[in-house]
Amino acid sequence: MNNGKTTWLFAAVLSVIAVLAVDRAVFAEYGDVVINNYSDAAEMRPVVFPHWFHRIRFRCKVCHADLGFQFKAGGNEINMLKIIDGEYCGACHNGDLAWSVENCDLCHSAKPGTPTQVHESTLQKLLMPVAAPKPAAQ
Amino acid sequence: MKLQSRVMRFAGVGLVLCIVGSSVPIHDAMAQGNDPNAFNRLMAPKSSRNPPPAEDGIHDPGSPGTASLQPPRLAFDALPKTNSGNYVDWNKSLQDTKIAPRYDRLDPDAQPVIMDLNIVREVKGSMPNVVYPHKQHTEWLDCSNCHPAIFIPQKGANQISMAEILLGRKCGVCHGKVAFPVAECRRCHSQPKTPAATAQ
Ligand code: HEC
Ligand code: HEC
Ligand code: HEC
Repeated sequence: MNNGKTTWLFAAVLSVIAVLAVDRAVFAEYGDVVINNYSDAAEMRPVVFPHWFHRIRFRCKVCHADLGFQFKAGGNEINMLKIIDGEYCGACHNGDLAWSVENCDLCHSAKPGTPTQVHESTLQKLLMPVAAPKPAAQ
Repeated sequence: MKLQSRVMRFAGVGLVLCIVGSSVPIHDAMAQGNDPNAFNRLMAPKSSRNPPPAEDGIHDPGSPGTASLQPPRLAFDALPKTNSGNYVDWNKSLQDTKIAPRYDRLDPDAQPVIMDLNIVREVKGSMPNVVYPHKQHTEWLDCSNCHPAIFIPQKGANQISMAEILLGRKCGVCHGKVAFPVAECRRCHSQPKTPAATAQ
């Protein structure tokens, strides 16, 4: 009996630690954009767009002037049809300039439930949730 | 007996979550939490900067794609550093040709149209005046990215305040999101005031 109680306590403490740990552990790159207008509902992981990786290869102008990406996380209503038709990410991720759409998991790589955001933005530091919401207690 | 083994399994899962979810940054955070006199009480430890995707808290470590993504440190090692944002000095990286980002999606040789014009904005209070360099901006961007939606291209036509910038408008459309954050005051507030101007 006593043993059982200790086990419960151990489990409770560990899960609290796990939740706290996960909450604190958001150190994703500055400028990483999570796009989740449709992904959660479609049971895909949300998309992570890494600015740091792309700005090593392209000037902002290529995406934000030539390809028409508006400066607003989640504000371009990107979906898979547009991508396959060569718009937005699909202007490059077409198997010619960069690996193509069949690599679903390279784009759809965020933890399920992560809200649309620009990670580490000033505004986010002031107001917004960062990590996926905590799973409901069972 | 059966209940107990389920509880143990729950505990085990908790432990695994703890380790997977945390890794390097958390160990530091926990160590800090235990020592009230730790050197840095609130600032995140340097070892937590630029972690690999699986440990960054946003990528799903359980996704098959995550392990294939590039760990940022690998890319940043050779680049000049700063103290905020990606901890990379992107402008210096470009200037020193440590990186060669394309100006055209397809043509690797296309060159940007550089406009070398500084706009000086006189600032109230003690802060040095702001020098806005078109040069560094036209290295990366097209005029149409800013004009006329964010800034009216006419001297004196734009009211700019730190409050607006912090809320993500004007300079804050990019600075504080992708371009270097507002923490780097001196990069913009770079022109000392003349004594007469300060006295006013
Ligand atoms: C180049 C990056 C990229 C790749 C590769 C990619 N996606 Fe997407 N996908 C996106 C983006 C961006 C969105 C918009 C996300 C949002 O708003 O939730 C999206 C949205 C979706 C959606 C929801 C909207 C819709 O169009 O129905 C589904 C479902 C989806 N993707 C499935 C897939 C599948 C399946 C694959 C692999 C065959 C795939 N994606 C590969 C970037 C990508
Ligand atoms: C490879 C394409 C690409 C390049 C290059 C690129 N961006 Fe972006 N940018 C994006 C995408 C994609 C988004 C998110 C759009 C969405 O969610 O619909 C975005 C969003 C943004 C946002 C909006 C953040 C917000 O407030 O929601 C800003 C600001 C931004 N980018 C600035 C820049 C700057 C500055 C550069 C150059 C240093 C740059 N981008 C280079 C693709 C790019
Ligand atoms: C202007 C061209 C361009 C656009 C637009 C673009 N990408 Fe990319 N992306 C690239 C290139 C080039 C690579 C490198 C491909 C390679 O390694 O072969 C890349 C790589 C990536 C990677 C992998 C980074 C790594 O760690 O290796 C991800 C994830 C990604 N892109 C997501 C996106 C998403 C999501 C979008 C749309 C919101 C997008 N990209 C739009 C050109 C682009």
